[in-house]
Amino acid sequence: MSGHAPIAGRLLTKPFIVLALLFMLAVAILLARFIFGLGAVTNINDGYPWGIWIVIDVMIGTAIGCAGYAVALLVYLFNRGEYHPLIRSALMAGLFGYTLAGIAVIFDLGRYWQFYTLLLPWYVQLNSVMLEVAWCVMAYVVVLWIEFTPTFLERLGWHNIREKLSKVLFFFIALGILLPTMHQSSLGTMAVVAGHQISPLWQTQMLPALFLISALLMGYAIVPFEAILAALGLHQPLETPLLAKISAVALAVALFFLALRFGDLIWRDALGLALAGDIQALMFWVESALFIVPVLLLATRTMRTNPRLIFLAAISLLLAGSLYRINTYIIGYQPTAGATWSYFPSVTEIMVTVGIFALEVMLYLLFVKYLPVLHGAAAPPRART
Amino acid sequence: MATIKPQADTHLDEFVGSLGGVSRRSFLKFCAGVAATIGLPAGMAWRIAEAASSPHRLPVIWLSAQECTGCTESLLRSTHPTLEQLILDAISLDYHETLSAGAGHQAEAYKQHSLQENKGKYVLVVDGSIPLKDGGIYCKVANRPIVDHVREAAEGAAAIIAIGSCASWGGIPSSSPNPTGATRVSEVLKDRAVVNIPGCPPNPYNFLTTVLQFLAFNSLPELDSKNRPKFAYDRLIHENCERRPHFDAGRFAVTFGDEGHRQGWCLYKLGCKGPETYANCPSILFGDVGSGAWPVGCGHPCFGCSEEGIGFTKSIHQLAQLRNVTPPAAYPNISEPVGQGITPGSAALVAGITGVVLGAGAVATSRLGSSSDNASADSNDEHD
Ligand code: SF4
Ligand code: SF4
Repeated sequence: MSGHAPIAGRLLTKPFIVLALLFMLAVAILLARFIFGLGAVTNINDGYPWGIWIVIDVMIGTAIGCAGYAVALLVYLFNRGEYHPLIRSALMAGLFGYTLAGIAVIFDLGRYWQFYTLLLPWYVQLNSVMLEVAWCVMAYVVVLWIEFTPTFLERLGWHNIREKLSKVLFFFIALGILLPTMHQSSLGTMAVVAGHQISPLWQTQMLPALFLISALLMGYAIVPFEAILAALGLHQPLETPLLAKISAVALAVALFFLALRFGDLIWRDALGLALAGDIQALMFWVESALFIVPVLLLATRTMRTNPRLIFLAAISLLLAGSLYRINTYIIGYQPTAGATWSYFPSVTEIMVTVGIFALEVMLYLLFVKYLPVLHGAAAPPRART
Repeated sequence: MATIKPQADTHLDEFVGSLGGVSRRSFLKFCAGVAATIGLPAGMAWRIAEAASSPHRLPVIWLSAQECTGCTESLLRSTHPTLEQLILDAISLDYHETLSAGAGHQAEAYKQHSLQENKGKYVLVVDGSIPLKDGGIYCKVANRPIVDHVREAAEGAAAIIAIGSCASWGGIPSSSPNPTGATRVSEVLKDRAVVNIPGCPPNPYNFLTTVLQFLAFNSLPELDSKNRPKFAYDRLIHENCERRPHFDAGRFAVTFGDEGHRQGWCLYKLGCKGPETYANCPSILFGDVGSGAWPVGCGHPCFGCSEEGIGFTKSIHQLAQLRNVTPPAAYPNISEPVGQGITPGSAALVAGITGVVLGAGAVATSRLGSSSDNASADSNDEHD
């Protein structure tokens, strides 16, 4: 895989230190969580058993991690080799998103010490959506690490093993496409299971499809987002023609998503609730706007060659997909009619989520600086970075 | 059983009259219920229906020792529409002290006749405990101690069923100080297998199901180490009790009529013996009137009537010994926290993060050229 190179440069920059502090704060909070229990640091309760640790760290984390999946889909399934330069950084986003999501689940498990029973066949309940998600995510994390192994081997100079690995890699690449398809849709199925507790604005039998498509969409958004930030912050060359192409893919997927989403709302006669004037209606419109804006920003070919618009569209799509998940699982969720449950994440809860994202960025910096991840990487003009 | 279906259909249509006005439909429904209770597929209901409506009825000899007739009563008072007619028509109840048409010498003579005639074919049912003290004189029928009757009838019996706690393990009469030396049926029939159906009284369906299995398949249900049918007695009351979530959450009624009692909390602290009593009361219920129709469902602790060494032995409000689950040392709160809404701190934090994200996005965007040229990379900062 020629053309990929580490960009070197100093690791301990000021931003990196800030990120490290944020991460250490999260570790301290998690320590309290494991000593004093979930109630001590989170606001989740019997009515809202799933808070932001699940919805943001896991659901949104893995959706962002769909970059590897989304690009692999293009490169290998549709045989569009021109996207190949993007695959490593996309895979890396997947690697971090999924590995950290897998770890973050443990924080939220009340009886985390029972976690290993997931792997014992005699405890298995094969009709459980949760089981499917857990198994798929675990398997996919392993597959991602294997898919990413060539990068390590290149760095270590073990070209022999690298050659051998590439002979069997196709198998893992196939798995890497199958597994996310399965579990990203299952993440939607878990909301279907919640039934009438979720507002009709989000509750639908189409949730699995909508979750899968929006995850793909976030995957296609994170690639230009990351590339542009790398260009800005790490002084990397920007491959605008490629980003323009992937933006066109994102546009098509976004249009498909919107058609399905609104078609479903109209079909189920649920759109009236969007005019109810409550917090759910408001969030529905914010979410929908975030999905629609990128479509407008990327509408024409010339617009799609403008990095500024690509970047804005990518941010909007990422926020849209994230809000879609938050809305489905938290805003649109009402435990029991007339009950007094309420949920808003606590400061400590939020800081853990922030810490996990900080770790993700730190790992990104570490990897691109020391491993051949970025395509056509250039050394930074100033040694300071 | 698909092949016998059409036959059985016509056969049962002919039988309707002798079911005492019971419709074919409700009769089959009953048989399907029986099949389900002993864990058979629904198709087996036809075989049970055939057997139960066969003209060759199973002879049954029912002996009563030291008993209160509660077992018979509950069997008859069962409100299942077809039950009493069915049991009286499907089997040939040749001797039963409460139900026999004849009395005195006539009844005894008929019993002797049946014992000879049906040798090796009849089912012997015994309710009540057997007194052995002083030669068994404390319970006599036809001037002979009941123990003699039981031994005599057991000789030619194809199967022996001890119904009720008294017959199964001694019951009330055997409670301390046990003045009559009351004991269980299996104690006086040591060389025979005795099926125990304990309970005070036992649920009629546990008895009927056992009898109908014998009728239809000429076999007895699988038994546990105390010779109780496993289909009915292999689970603790506590395992299937509808109040169990309250037990697990540490919500207990402490006195009758208190706040917890009125809210339907667990009765463990009132002495419920569910945790040490094996029976299917919470799943099969009593009286065919729907959910909640069993002691715990109505707010009274189970007193372990069916369990040897518990019912009539332990005092009613004594704490049960927990067999397989011990309550946690620290209980969760009784009033669950309903969650905290937004606080100034968390609101400020969310606003701050949103601001940082939007600000960083805006800064990054402004630094991007609007052409397709490479980004102007003139800063030292890194953005995330
Ligand atoms: S102790 Fe009794 S009331 Fe409580 S859960 Fe067990 S069986 Fe039910
Ligand atoms: S609930 Fe307990 S006391 Fe009541 S019949 Fe069942 S075993 Fe006997």
